[in-house]
Amino acid sequence: MKNYDIVIVGGGPAGLAAAVSARDHGTDSILIIERDKELGGILNQCIHNGFGLHTFKEELTGPEYASRFIDQVLDRGIEYKLNTMVMDISTMEGSSDKKVTAMNRTDGMFEIQAKAVILAMGCRERSRGALNIPGYRPAGIFSAGTAQRLVNMEGYMPGREVVILGSGDIGLIMARRMTLEGAKVKVVAELMPYSGGLKRNIVQCLDDFDIPLKLSHTVIDIEGKERVEAVTIAEVGPDRKPIPGTEERYTCDTLLLSCGLIPENELSKSVGVEINPVTSGPVVNDSLETSIDGVFACGNVLHVHDLVDYVSQEAITAGKNAAAYVKNGAAADAKAVEILPVDGVRYTVPKFIRPTEMDDNLTVRFRVGDVYKNCAIATYFNDTLISKRKRPVMAPGEMEQVILSKSKLNEFPDLEKITIRIEQA
Amino acid sequence: MNTRELTCIGCPLGCTVTVTMENGEVTAVTGNTCPKGDAYARKEVTNPTRIVTSTVRVTGGVAPMVNVKTASDIPKDKIFDCVEAIKDIVVAAPVKIGDVVLSDVAGTGVDMVAARNIAVK
Repeated sequence: MKNYDIVIVGGGPAGLAAAVSARDHGTDSILIIERDKELGGILNQCIHNGFGLHTFKEELTGPEYASRFIDQVLDRGIEYKLNTMVMDISTMEGSSDKKVTAMNRTDGMFEIQAKAVILAMGCRERSRGALNIPGYRPAGIFSAGTAQRLVNMEGYMPGREVVILGSGDIGLIMARRMTLEGAKVKVVAELMPYSGGLKRNIVQCLDDFDIPLKLSHTVIDIEGKERVEAVTIAEVGPDRKPIPGTEERYTCDTLLLSCGLIPENELSKSVGVEINPVTSGPVVNDSLETSIDGVFACGNVLHVHDLVDYVSQEAITAGKNAAAYVKNGAAADAKAVEILPVDGVRYTVPKFIRPTEMDDNLTVRFRVGDVYKNCAIATYFNDTLISKRKRPVMAPGEMEQVILSKSKLNEFPDLEKITIRIEQA
Repeated sequence: MNTRELTCIGCPLGCTVTVTMENGEVTAVTGNTCPKGDAYARKEVTNPTRIVTSTVRVTGGVAPMVNVKTASDIPKDKIFDCVEAIKDIVVAAPVKIGDVVLSDVAGTGVDMVAARNIAVK
């Protein structure tokens, strides 16, 4: 069995930044395992611009952003294996090390012993099966991300006349992309009364091309036995059930689905990591360590992000802490305080903070459950209000954050709970 | 006198901004809640610009397509001309980020450049 100090599962933006950070914090023996034929992950198919505004102060395309981190990995001589699928991660008897089982076409099935593992597998799109859309099952139904890969990387057009269900950012981006490649995008239907995508994408991907966005609408029928021939959408009421009499039929050959992303945690579950049912990602503490010592998580496998810049920041934290774990072993048992998300805050990452172990400042990220106008994000230590920040608007599609300082936390030696909530401004 | 309604992209608030114009001159901007909205609306009605991103085919490379972008923003009404101009372009690997794929695309004075490295197969 081969040995590495840190094995990183996934060579996308999270895995790359975690590897660079772990190396820069003193770990030499690192292996990145990537199932695709190249590093970069999903960024390789995201050819639109707008990546890296925070990190590099310029608007890069996805592949450009990825290449900046790939170059850093190559410069440091960090090892990676492509076309390789991790099948299992498990704890080892009589050791705190982890066993990573992987396979590829040249090495077959093999095992690696690792002191620490960083989970950076990313997320997957919600599929038609998970959405329970009625109708036939013809060819021509794609997730927006699959269509994006076909058009941008493989050079194939999935169809000519398109209906899109879901107004997530990938769906909006693909509405523009398909239009530029000569397709007719007839409508984007969104179940919720608000879009799940960024405002900028609504304007530049739909409004620029006069593509209608129908909020509170969903697909109620798909026609066509061999190939999609038509899709029927209908308005939904506050209960999200279709309203009879509002049906509209669109002839089309393609239906794209952009209905949410789900962290891909099969491996996390196999090693026994505790999962937060709200995010579908691991529960982590301030060092982004999961419920299992030496297993860290970052990026979309932890919770789905809107901006890759935040993924990179998170991954740098995970890499740094994994390097510290390799050097010092498991942290001594320290008091962990839970962050309680209430009144509109759906979850927080991290969920636990160790006031004695944490960095001087810790960014806590979260999403809200509804659209809030002229409200504030309030933070309480026990029952004492610590901060209240006004926000003119908050929406589920845009991640929010609170920064907690170690010095402030340590003013509360009897701290039992931290509460983050949405309040009237 | 005519008016146009825009959605500001300055922040997630997404104000609906109404611009009033007379003889091609902006005479009033209403509905915005901050100066960003005013500036965005004036630019959007007088000189709207966009970065255009697309793909072109590659021969002899490890991938069949390379993504490209305009090196800077171009007038919004030139988007389709841009895409049309690069439709039949084929480049040979290796391709490096920043390589000019088509100079002065669609008479905009802006180059279309590669935005990804493609190695030789």
